[in-house]
Amino acid sequence: MDARELVKTKYLCTVFAIITMTSSSSMATDIGHQRTFGLGQPVTEQQLRAWDIDIAATGAGLPAGSGNVGQGKLTFQAKCASCHGLEGQGGLANKLIGGGNLNTAGAVKTIGSYWPYATTIFDYIRRAMPYGAPQSLSNDEVYGLTAFLLNANQIVGIDAIIDASSLPLVQMPNRSGFIRVER
Amino acid sequence: MSNEDKTGLARRRFIQTGFALTAGATAALAVDDAWGQFDSQGNLLVAPWTKKTGADFLTPPYGLPSKYEKDVVRILPTPAAAFPTASRTPLQNLYGIITPNGLIFERHHAGVPDIDPDVHRLVIHGLVDRPLMLTMNDLMRFPSVSLIYFLECSGNGSAELKKRTGTTVQDTHGLLSCCEWTGVRLSTVLAEAGIKPSAKWLLAEGSDGAAMTRSIPMQKAMDDALLVYAQNGEMLRPEQGYPLRLFLPGYEGNTNIKWLRRLKLGTEPWQTREETSTYTDLGADGKALQFTFEMGVKSVITKPSGGMKLKQAGFYEVTGFAWTGAGKIRSVEVSIDGGKSWDQAALQEPVLNKSLTRFRYPWMWKGEPTVLLSRATDSSGAIQPTLDEVLKLRSANSVYHNNAIQPWLVAANGEVSNGR
Repeated sequence: MDARELVKTKYLCTVFAIITMTSSSSMATDIGHQRTFGLGQPVTEQQLRAWDIDIAATGAGLPAGSGNVGQGKLTFQAKCASCHGLEGQGGLANKLIGGGNLNTAGAVKTIGSYWPYATTIFDYIRRAMPYGAPQSLSNDEVYGLTAFLLNANQIVGIDAIIDASSLPLVQMPNRSGFIRVER
Repeated sequence: MSNEDKTGLARRRFIQTGFALTAGATAALAVDDAWGQFDSQGNLLVAPWTKKTGADFLTPPYGLPSKYEKDVVRILPTPAAAFPTASRTPLQNLYGIITPNGLIFERHHAGVPDIDPDVHRLVIHGLVDRPLMLTMNDLMRFPSVSLIYFLECSGNGSAELKKRTGTTVQDTHGLLSCCEWTGVRLSTVLAEAGIKPSAKWLLAEGSDGAAMTRSIPMQKAMDDALLVYAQNGEMLRPEQGYPLRLFLPGYEGNTNIKWLRRLKLGTEPWQTREETSTYTDLGADGKALQFTFEMGVKSVITKPSGGMKLKQAGFYEVTGFAWTGAGKIRSVEVSIDGGKSWDQAALQEPVLNKSLTRFRYPWMWKGEPTVLLSRATDSSGAIQPTLDEVLKLRSANSVYHNNAIQPWLVAANGEVSNGR
């Protein structure tokens, strides 16, 4: 089989998913019935650490560090209040506190009234806030902001310290408010 | 624009479509001799542009529409929003089913990043055997596919749920486009990393300033999901995710993560902000539906539609789009009498899976005030609902998945307006 023929055979095997191949050398390699193409490079956890920022609802992925309500309030006033209001009451950007009963016409979806998981607060602030300077806050600052917002919504006390072990345990008021459709 | 140009523009529109926008220079329709094309007996003369050589090629090298089409553009929110929201596709000016690349609606949450494809990377990790980092060159070496699919923001028509806000179909339905997308099947690339059997969900993350994330069921990822790098024959536009976006046929627009940098496989959804705080559907009872991915069966008449004016009684072609996230459009019915009677519209082939389908219906308007409606049925048997049916059981604050029948009012003077 000359080189051109080989390439053609390989292409047909690939495109038309012919699993049984007579040639032992092939572009598409079978690994446990899954075809692979030898494309891409292995990547280590160390290499992708800066990108691996998602927080699971279980708290998996929460980094070291901690913050309290007072620290969070200072950060909030310095970096968030210009859009969200001094107390999180809303302004140019969303209202973050209060919100009322969700089964009323005047309900507003806020962290306190609507968000089902406290872990989402950390995840979202760290990845996307403050607007214009995302991913600029330290983990301690994000923990502090999370503590401040939870306290402002009367979900945790004024003395609360938020870290990787305490945050997943915070019970959000609307935790049971969602029905998964998945379609 | 000179008076002569204005006259020409209005006249040409009238000739091509039989409609004219009420705004603009339409009053000058009566002028027949704007180009000096006719003699005093109404006989055609040879036009000036026929008697000379035209413009050269390649000005500019990337071609643009005719200058007479300068009003066919996306529209931005007015007044301007404090944060990036969306621009809307001029559905009323489109033909066939493909949206030109410069007119595809935009929705982004932290602006459009400027990404050099040579430095862009996609990482696949989590519940895989071999965590991988891929370059654009790697991704573009995989076997590719090109498929036509619609893309609709689940917030399309959200303002109309509460009250009539839009004038034109661009206002009311413009977060909708349809392209031929080219890329590699996500299942092919995931197989490269080796999927662990315990993986049930996939987190897709953008590299924009929102680092937008959504959790996607692995079932969808392995079914018809694509990693796309091209649309309508050229590389993605920056605002569409250049150089790489996730594409989930039939799913709400937000899940089609743009500027895609990372895929992580896991056992449960991550409960990101975009699948809890937003893009969930609050009911009147205070409970919210979550992971309502599929876009419901929907249609809209784009011509005649809001803001147009029928210049005289007579023949008009009623035409528009129908689409469904469930599969194919089975039929579209049109009513020219406000819903008292319905008749089958013709569907233009090809009628494709999870694509826009063009429908057409011939109409002889006698000059009476009336209401035009369209109603689609899809291959699952689902029938497009009325607005009352959509609103039933919903919260007053409901935002997403408005697939209601759109009424267009036709007045005796020919003016067409939003009948929401």
